[in-house]
Amino acid sequence: MLGGLLRRDSQRRQAMAAGVVVPEPERCVECGICTFNCPLGIDVRAHARVGKAVSDGYCLTCGDCVARCPRGTLRLETTDVFEASRGLDGR
Amino acid sequence: MTRRYIVVGNGPAGVSAAETIRRHDGAGVVTIVGDEKVPFYSRPGLAYLLTGTIPEKMLFSRPETEYARQRLQREVGAVQAIDRGGHRVTLQGGRTLPYDRLLLAVGARALRPRIPGIELEGVVSLDNLEDARRILRLARRARRACVVGGGITAVELAEGLAAQHLETHYLMRKDRYWGGVLEPAESALIEDRLTGERIRLHRQTDLAAVVGRRGRVAAVETQSGERLPCDLLAVAIGTAPRVELARQAGLATGRGILTDAEFRTEDPDIFAAGDVAEVFDPATGEHVLDSLWSVAIEQGRAAGQNLAGAAQPYRRQAPFNVTRIGGVTTTLIGAVGSGGRDDDLVALARGDSQAWRQRLDAFAVVSDEGANRVRLHLGREHVVGAMVMGDQTLSRPLQQMIRDRVDIRPVRERLLRDPAHMAQVVLSLANPEAHGAR
Repeated sequence: MLGGLLRRDSQRRQAMAAGVVVPEPERCVECGICTFNCPLGIDVRAHARVGKAVSDGYCLTCGDCVARCPRGTLRLETTDVFEASRGLDGR
Repeated sequence: MTRRYIVVGNGPAGVSAAETIRRHDGAGVVTIVGDEKVPFYSRPGLAYLLTGTIPEKMLFSRPETEYARQRLQREVGAVQAIDRGGHRVTLQGGRTLPYDRLLLAVGARALRPRIPGIELEGVVSLDNLEDARRILRLARRARRACVVGGGITAVELAEGLAAQHLETHYLMRKDRYWGGVLEPAESALIEDRLTGERIRLHRQTDLAAVVGRRGRVAAVETQSGERLPCDLLAVAIGTAPRVELARQAGLATGRGILTDAEFRTEDPDIFAAGDVAEVFDPATGEHVLDSLWSVAIEQGRAAGQNLAGAAQPYRRQAPFNVTRIGGVTTTLIGAVGSGGRDDDLVALARGDSQAWRQRLDAFAVVSDEGANRVRLHLGREHVVGAMVMGDQTLSRPLQQMIRDRVDIRPVRERLLRDPAHMAQVVLSLANPEAHGAR
């Protein structure tokens, strides 16, 4: 239980740092747990079932959908935007 | 000429076929006929409805207007007969619909053991939303439940009933869970988790009869004469493809409706896909049954193309499922069977594939770190099957390796000799640049 919470928290922090939620549609069974748990009410499933990254501008990348998906459909990917801004900072 | 397509079945195979037909034939008339009143929903999601993880409305993954948006006509009702000569189907009530091409995607239904009392109210199985609603309704006034069967559905039922605060007893005919697919250590891992969820396991316990009182379940009786009081008995001993309609129409059937690799039955205008179809696999020369959501969607898409005239043979991928069993995320890919016996199943279960039990010339190697376990089945040149329990880091790379038939000869000896370094080896094969040389 504690391990699960810690893992979820770590996934969330990782996502909020720099991420986008990317689905793998062949794992998705359209159960809706992701959409149900999205704090912003984004229909994550509508993205997941067709394999579209969650590009909704309101997405907080909080990672809840990733952590709760029972089928490992969703993952967090570092976005190029953050990579690029790091590069611009130079340090 | 405008072609008329009828798809019988409103599940994953039927709906993905109808959508694919629409993409390939913008002018055709596509009608989906299904016997459930509700629109398309997630059947695997029923397990999460039972545990209370999601409310019922979340099961509907697309709005009802989606049918109209794609110009798919929808008829609610059972198809009672197919007139092959006249190219018509007869619906319940006598109305007929003409077709040029017909797809049968009617799925499978749960089997019931032939024992006294099995018809009593309170005996349940999990085929569809109506069953899940019935289980939740009965659970509200029940105190104790028994579950018999195997595979994923039996555990989903047990976990769902326990989550509804019923004292839940899971009866296993022999000494361990899902022996045909899991190795003893894996069965033990799941059984421990189920016990942790307060599900009481009864080994070597074979159901003999259901005992009723005033038409309702009051207890189950075992072969050894023990009587376990309960208000509800959930059964998941396997499924049977719904072949009656095809048989009545004189189409060839085995366990399912027999089709070629293009999903065509022996009638060139009638196709079958999904859980009802026993599809010819040119790679093995056999007809194969699957009961998997992703396979049903894949088959529906391929069949849909062929109904619309594409003549595309189906390239069967290694069957794959990822699910939670006893709270343990578990991925099964390809020929992963343990060689043991499926004592609690009499037929293929939901979420299951016949191909998992294929006996191929392969060595099993296991990396076992308590709750995290990976089992690989190594052929001479390829990984032919994999099971990943717990940590899923290797799940995607392995799926890719099996699907793409990655040559493992450079690392095979190392995998056999040193399973503890399996993760490193698999990741290096899947992504050689990121993980250094082999």
